Amino acid sequence: MPAHVVVTGASRSFPGDVPVMHGRGVILAGEVTSDGIAAAAQLEGDFIAIELGNECLAHHIGLDTNANLSCVVGFARFRLGTAEPGNLIELVSTDWTDKNALAAAKAAFQSGGFIIACCADRPGRIVNRLIRPYLNAVLRRLDDGLATAADMDKTLMMGLGYPEGPNALLDRTGLADHYEVSAALQAALGDADFAPARRAQIAWHRDMA
Amino acid sequence: MTKTVGVAGCGTMGAGIAIVAARAGYTVRVFDTNRDALERARVQTAGFLDKSVARGKLTTEERDALLGRLVGTTRIADLADCSFVIEAIYEDLAAKHDLLSQLDQVCPAETIFATNTSTISITEIAAGSGRADRFVGMHFCLPAQLMKLVEMSAGLNTSEATWVSAWAFCESLGQKPVATSDTPGFVLNYFLIPYHNDAIRLIEQGVASPEDIDIAMKTAMGYPMGPFELLDLVGADTQKLLCDAMYGLTNETRAACPPLVRRMIAAGHLGKKSGRGFHRYGDNKMFGA
Ligand SMILES: NC(=O)c1ccc[n+]([C@@H]2O[C@H](COP(=O)([O-])OP(=O)(O)OC[C@H]3O[C@@H](n4cnc5c(N)ncnc54)[C@H](O)[C@@H]3O)[C@@H](O)[C@H]2O)c1
Repeated sequence: MPAHVVVTGASRSFPGDVPVMHGRGVILAGEVTSDGIAAAAQLEGDFIAIELGNECLAHHIGLDTNANLSCVVGFARFRLGTAEPGNLIELVSTDWTDKNALAAAKAAFQSGGFIIACCADRPGRIVNRLIRPYLNAVLRRLDDGLATAADMDKTLMMGLGYPEGPNALLDRTGLADHYEVSAALQAALGDADFAPARRAQIAWHRDMA
Repeated sequence: MTKTVGVAGCGTMGAGIAIVAARAGYTVRVFDTNRDALERARVQTAGFLDKSVARGKLTTEERDALLGRLVGTTRIADLADCSFVIEAIYEDLAAKHDLLSQLDQVCPAETIFATNTSTISITEIAAGSGRADRFVGMHFCLPAQLMKLVEMSAGLNTSEATWVSAWAFCESLGQKPVATSDTPGFVLNYFLIPYHNDAIRLIEQGVASPEDIDIAMKTAMGYPMGPFELLDLVGADTQKLLCDAMYGLTNETRAACPPLVRRMIAAGHLGKKSGRGFHRYGDNKMFGA
């Protein structure tokens, strides 16, 4: 049976049509509220999957074991700035999440054609946690004159087979978006490597002006 | 007149660089102090070229001609007729200075020296070469005979004329040069080593498994390999050496070797070469670590 999908407000994961996903569960996308989760919990099902932004799953369900919410997992479809969302769904669980609920949610997203990476409930999950310090380093070293943006991109593409260099990627997806994600992760993790690089700060402030 | 190129040190990198130069038509004097290394490289080169013939990329005549242009030697004096010498010996400043100062006596004044160093400053190596103005960095990627990229760096004393000649020489090898500053790790290693360490720290912190991290990075970013697939090829022992060199030079915490790498080395989980790293290897299949 198709999973029950509720999209409230703007969803970064599903900006357009939502693909059909099968499974006994509820997928809450867009703006997730505690009332929305409570309403979903009234429905029969194996899992509730709620869309996450930069925040942790615990932001919605608390840190402590709660039998009523052990079927709730978090998800985010990876998307860089204004680019179209890709095929990756990061699926988030806590150490007290029901393993069967996690497996059921994973199967449901897979039935919609998504590739799933499971991770613990930590800021930045997997991809943002790894690319933001790297992109900040790229922007800082560009300022330092390590190489031109074009040569840096060419090096990383030719040396590592990346489909696109980091500078072209930031141009395409928005430096201001990189600023926002980096700043949120720096606040959450307190780690200077997430501090938005000068070029991202400027792009964001100019966008705001 | 075809120029003659010298390659000093014919280990993993030197052997590949020698193939590149011979393939481009140069006569290559391959110098190594270790006769066994020369013999090993000769066997590996013949095997590599045989595969190229089998794949239809080379004719047997071209292979034989190419092999004929590769001349191994253990005598440094044989590099006297080289217009370029690419140094690819151990990553040790004193060893490089010792070799280059000898080469400076052997080679004519116009010979340009290049180093393939991954982590040592070009300016520092050049300082012990007796010809710092005729010296550049040419960092080939592994495997050199297949990878086109060369990161080129000028030292503080490299002359403009040397830079222009070295760039043209690199292109004449059929390689693709990019210009980077003479700073630790140049572009590739500067970004790759800390990125890999960040991924290892996600494992240490229990954020996700190597499989999930590899899948996430490949799917989200379109990278051909996940960080742990690549790390298992690099080897935990090499990652530690790279980290120690980079962290020692930059003091940047992301470059510091994560404790898990040291434990993996102690446990013999070096990567693909030992059958187990972040992934397990058996029958060419990957399993969870
Ligand atoms: N292995 C890599 O992935 C890689 C990639 C790019 C650059 N590099 C750099 O290339 C250089 C060589 O690395 P490698 O991995 O090929 O090393 P290697 O240990 O495989 O080979 C070094 C070779 O140099 C020879 N040698 C040592 N001292 C010598 C001397 N004085 N005269 C002549 N030959 C001598 C050794 O006998 C050995 O055969 C290093 O500077 C390294 O940083 C390595």
